[in-house]
Amino acid sequence: MAEKKRAGLKELSPINIYKNLPKINCKECGVDNCMAFATKIVNREMELDSCKPLLKPEHAKAYSILKEMLKPAVAEVTIGVGEKAKKIGGKLVMYRHEFTYKNPTAIAIDVTDEMPEKEVVGRVQKTENFSFEYIGNILQLDMVAVRCTSDDADKFKSCVKKVAETTKLPLILCTMNPQIMEAGLMASPKSRPLLYAATTTNWKDMAELAIMYNTPLVASAPNDLNALVSLAKTLQNYGVKDIVLDPGTFTNGGLQDTINNFTMLRRAATKGGDELAGLPLLGIPMVAWMNKGETADDLIKWRESYMASMLTVRYADALILHGNDGWSLLPLAVLRQNIYTDPRKPVAVATGLKVFGTPDENSPVLFTSNFALTYYTVASDIESNQVNAYLIVVETEGSAIDSGVAGRKLTAERVADAIKASGIESKVKHRKIISPGKASRISGEIEELSGWKVLVGPRDSSEIPKYIIDKWQP
Amino acid sequence: MAANVLPKLKLPAGAIPGGKPTSLFPISFSPPIEKYPNQISTVKLGATKSEGGTRGKSLIIGGELSPAFYTFENQTPHKPVITLDVFDMEVPLSKAVKMHVKDVVGDPAAWAKLAVEKFGADMVTMHLISVDPLLKDASPKEACKTIEKVLQAVDVPLVIGGCGDPVKDTALFEEVCEQFPGERFLISSVTLDMDVDKCGKFIKKSGNAVLAFTPMDLNFARELSRRLYDNLSREDIVMDLTTAALGYGLDYAFTNMERARIGGLMGDLELAHPMSSGTTNAWAAREAWLKMSDEWEPRELRGPLWEVTTALTLLTAGVDLFMMMHPAAVKTLKDVTNYLTANKKADPAKFLEWVKIKA
Repeated sequence: MAEKKRAGLKELSPINIYKNLPKINCKECGVDNCMAFATKIVNREMELDSCKPLLKPEHAKAYSILKEMLKPAVAEVTIGVGEKAKKIGGKLVMYRHEFTYKNPTAIAIDVTDEMPEKEVVGRVQKTENFSFEYIGNILQLDMVAVRCTSDDADKFKSCVKKVAETTKLPLILCTMNPQIMEAGLMASPKSRPLLYAATTTNWKDMAELAIMYNTPLVASAPNDLNALVSLAKTLQNYGVKDIVLDPGTFTNGGLQDTINNFTMLRRAATKGGDELAGLPLLGIPMVAWMNKGETADDLIKWRESYMASMLTVRYADALILHGNDGWSLLPLAVLRQNIYTDPRKPVAVATGLKVFGTPDENSPVLFTSNFALTYYTVASDIESNQVNAYLIVVETEGSAIDSGVAGRKLTAERVADAIKASGIESKVKHRKIISPGKASRISGEIEELSGWKVLVGPRDSSEIPKYIIDKWQP
Repeated sequence: MAANVLPKLKLPAGAIPGGKPTSLFPISFSPPIEKYPNQISTVKLGATKSEGGTRGKSLIIGGELSPAFYTFENQTPHKPVITLDVFDMEVPLSKAVKMHVKDVVGDPAAWAKLAVEKFGADMVTMHLISVDPLLKDASPKEACKTIEKVLQAVDVPLVIGGCGDPVKDTALFEEVCEQFPGERFLISSVTLDMDVDKCGKFIKKSGNAVLAFTPMDLNFARELSRRLYDNLSREDIVMDLTTAALGYGLDYAFTNMERARIGGLMGDLELAHPMSSGTTNAWAAREAWLKMSDEWEPRELRGPLWEVTTALTLLTAGVDLFMMMHPAAVKTLKDVTNYLTANKKADPAKFLEWVKIKA
């Protein structure tokens, strides 16, 4: 899947970058010389700010030239402050295969100023504590949206205060009323929340607040891209530095316009160089809750989740949701992780022999694929049950078991080679290997090629410990 | 960002000369329309009596002029089609799926009827896995009897699935093509390790269509297309570029399909075929079916949502034919494809009310 061409990226060569660097080969950035650093910059493997000499006043002009050359098609906006601050946007390309997407879609869960305090705190804590381990990463949620449903500035203010006391996650303050917005900002003036939202009617007051409190501001113009870019341009000219676009999110019959709007904006930014379209995009799947009461809550959560997933694929840089059930958020969180991985390299682990616990010459031997997810799943199932065993990781070019067998990436030859190369034959007395259940098709051939007896194990690795207890005999 | 704090009240850079704007700048957004040199080919599936088969209607897939659902640019010529899996013997099924089909497992005709009449399947995939030498090693002739029963039970077009063994599948498909010429089945599937020339010949002769399956590598997909062209026309070929489940390689499947579709539109004719996805693979993800700790339950919702998320991701990559499993996932995919092709204008009037929803 490796591909050098990066259509849509500005044509950049390391030489262009190098010309503007200090060219003193100081190695402060950790790279041997300025040319090597320039190459890393072009490949987006390092940030310009790692060049400390470049940040000195005498290089200010070169720095701004370089910044302009490296400017992403979609501006990067920071929400919040401190360690949990979230960067959104910063996208270089339209399509995932062109270059790794930057800044995974930030997911916010809401609270309202009319929820009992206990509920507010509970929801915020649940958002903060959301955690799922997946191929060595912890999947998490990113932000809290505080909505004013009360129309009462004092209520909003005390709710924002409570939320800010409870969490360091970045906030999105949601009200169309500038006076109420200001009350909310006063409760947490230095936390750089995202303000939702400036519209064609309230934009001037919202712009003043964004400038005064140095916050990013959402420009909202539902299903009207002319109004949206007009609003963005006006806000820019007014002096608002960080703008996020909300083209509107619509359920059901409105889904077509929603997807089209997000797609058109992103294409205009990445392929057409349109700087007004080149601002981060906010999706609001929680509009699904407008049907509350008419539709079962579980169905609303389902709809909200799949809309959020579609918008994650179709260019949303941030999302606001209401449903916070694990079953509806997990597919979204995993999808986001998947879409934002490097498209060029399969997530694979090193092949060869892995040792679990303290196996001896009679311990079971198993094999699996080198697809990272398969490996980590199998490894954790063996580890968590304290099984003493050998595991041979077979080269499958990053394919899982079933797709590896179907796609001839996991073949009997490769398993036989891996057995031989692993040196296992000098470690155990027996010659029996446990195969994943999903690779049963190739077990006969493995026996022929390797001379080992193949025991077809369970289809899912969670049953490996039980299988070994019940069936394993050296 | 601390370095960027603006001095209050000072006119910031970027403001227009003469002061801050007092009214909106009217700017119009120009929709970024592109033209592509090529169109994705169309494939007809199923044949009615007048077309030489026995189906109640036939379906057409493909024909796109733009990437998937870029309806600001071109309409979607044919809505994606859903085919539901039916197996000719007992197979391991997750609990969330099994509860919907438990009464019909082992009776393919009844299962097919349920898929069409109750779950709204556009097509049925008859998986003839009993021919697998490692399972029942049933003969192709026996398998054809099952097809006959299913043809009697439902009148939708069929996909005929093999067992995955290249030699046995060749024998099976040859028998199927011999016995059912003119039905316009989608033969699922021909792969590079089969005798592609032989398969191409008997499929062409029977008037059926072929699903060209390759393992997540566009060069293999191109090669298989080229080898099929020796006997078949473009209108006979659907591609399956391999579907991996959400969390288990869906990203590769997605990007592979998106690249194939864009490549096809840009003139890479060997990739300019309608695409099929074995979306049922979503259930290979343990998160789809495993009993997890309470915070992630119930799995009866998590599982089908896993299939939905897998399907919708690939829908946006350009898939034309979905092979699916769970009735709730099927319903959502149908709804969404209807929404995405309805050409209704989204009503902006109530949108901002979301801020005040009492949920």
